[in-house]
Amino acid sequence: MTATVPNPTAAASDIAPGALAASTAPATGTAPTTGLVPATATVTAPLSFDAPGSMSISDVSCYYGSHLAVADVSLEIPGRAVTAFIGPSGCGKSTLLRAINRMHEVIPSARAEGTISLDGVDLYAKGVDPVAVRSKVGMVFQKPNPFPAMSIKDNVLAGLIIKGQRPRASAADELVERCLTRAHLWDEVKDRLRKPGDSLSGGQQQRLCIARAIAVQPDVVLMDEPCSALDPISTLAIEELMRDLARDYTVVVVTHNMAQANRISDITAFFSLASAGQPGRLIESGPTGDIFSAPKVIATRDYIDGRFG
Amino acid sequence: MSIAELVKGGERTASGRGDAVTTLAASKPSPARRAKNALATGAVVAAVVLTAVPLTLVIWAAIRRGSERLDLTLFTHSMRGVVGAGGGLLHALTGTLLITAATAAIAIPLGLSTAIYLTEYGSGGRLAAITRRAVDIMVSIPSIVAGLAAYALFSLLLGPGTRSGLAGAVALAMIMIPVVVRSSEEVLRLVPADLREAGLALGSPKWRVIRKIVLPTALPGLTAGAVLGVARIIGETAPLLLVAGFTDAMNYNLAEGRMATLPVFIYTQWSSKGLDTAAYDQRAWAGALVLMAVVVVLQLAARALPPQIAKIRRNR
Repeated sequence: MTATVPNPTAAASDIAPGALAASTAPATGTAPTTGLVPATATVTAPLSFDAPGSMSISDVSCYYGSHLAVADVSLEIPGRAVTAFIGPSGCGKSTLLRAINRMHEVIPSARAEGTISLDGVDLYAKGVDPVAVRSKVGMVFQKPNPFPAMSIKDNVLAGLIIKGQRPRASAADELVERCLTRAHLWDEVKDRLRKPGDSLSGGQQQRLCIARAIAVQPDVVLMDEPCSALDPISTLAIEELMRDLARDYTVVVVTHNMAQANRISDITAFFSLASAGQPGRLIESGPTGDIFSAPKVIATRDYIDGRFG
Repeated sequence: MSIAELVKGGERTASGRGDAVTTLAASKPSPARRAKNALATGAVVAAVVLTAVPLTLVIWAAIRRGSERLDLTLFTHSMRGVVGAGGGLLHALTGTLLITAATAAIAIPLGLSTAIYLTEYGSGGRLAAITRRAVDIMVSIPSIVAGLAAYALFSLLLGPGTRSGLAGAVALAMIMIPVVVRSSEEVLRLVPADLREAGLALGSPKWRVIRKIVLPTALPGLTAGAVLGVARIIGETAPLLLVAGFTDAMNYNLAEGRMATLPVFIYTQWSSKGLDTAAYDQRAWAGALVLMAVVVVLQLAARALPPQIAKIRRNR
């Protein structure tokens, strides 16, 4: 088996000064794809749309008031795999992501139509409590947002503390260690669990947020550009973690970084919009290797090749 | 751009900067500008002095005159049966503490709940707009009007002319509530929306996110706001003259009977002096000093809280 993160050198070259110097050379067209190990190498298990945590999105449209932001998206998300949403700004990928755990409707006047099901259960069916949906489908945000009034330990336990279900001391310690270990953070923070959650570095804070999300035992973890506020080293750590999480969770990640989508995802969905103000639509989705090597739609190829717009 | 061009460009920039430095070194502000500068500086300094001098004099006078009677009797005796020298302000200090505590007990829950409604639930709604307007109006209500309102309320409920510490607390609460609403609303808005979303995304009901995340994060700021409200009302005199009245004796019962307070004590000592006027003046000044000390202690206590809100502001 290859390493879970197959191409640390490619990530490193993103920041190497040499890469900047070379950028004047007319190699931009081919560099992003040839520099990468084929994404199929990262797929460690065959994809299954029946695996626990599989999701099915059908005919979903999202509105802000009367403005249609996302139109008619239908997409299958395999369980225990990484699915990446890519596309230009304003194409609705973050909106759709937020619709998956019913966070979209938190914004005043925002609503979603259609069906999104998790393991065959419609999350938008009548009588489904959005609060219950969110404990099954967790979320990690663009900007790390640990709770500043809580210690590192309490941040991990936050989901339970907020609900008034703080576990007893030994169970709490066990849960905290397990989640922080799972989030690849335990060794860095085990000696300062009582420090405030925002005393960590940005990358550590984001891993703390991931630990917090998985502590409520979701089936799915949604990540909205989780690395866009982080430096390349922290980004690498999160990418590694996302691959690792996909062994137990369904991971859906929105990213602007196509190299990242190629590195970490099993399925890639490309969204776009005809022009500003038009609703975003799903243009193409499929195994990441296919999307990046042989996209079926010209718009996808143009975007991946950096020729968009 | 070739390396040669880059180097040339670099030289050009360097020599250009050299010229600029030479020009800057040669330039001096014109006499007119220097005169304006001196004038403006003088005006600002004069304003500072004009502000600071009366303030310092007041504090100094309160300490100097107030300390003349700052003895143990002052804190162990009321004015009951005292004519002339002696006596103390225990009854007024007790009254102030009781009425202030009762006011805070009314105003903080009401004000904080209103602020929570405004920031977390009602944003953009009509009720919120009306409430905000009402709070704005309440801020500018003259305190004597609040006193009259409480007087009228208690007269209607418990019979004409009812005076009690509780009536005083109700009047003061009318003044304190808008202060608490405004400061709490501002502090709650400082709590980043990210934190609310993060809490909701963990699968928690909204009111629990508010209770366990929003309020604890904002707590130091909320406390500071509450202390600000207390400082605002603790020196109020007019409404208390109307509805709490004045007495020379101790009264621990908020619900019944007139209750003395420090501001009213100061006022009555000064306004209705007996034969030994010096003794009354001394007590008035001592009351002023004690009142100022209570306010300072409150402010320091609020200052000593961890500066969590300042931290949030910085991180944004």
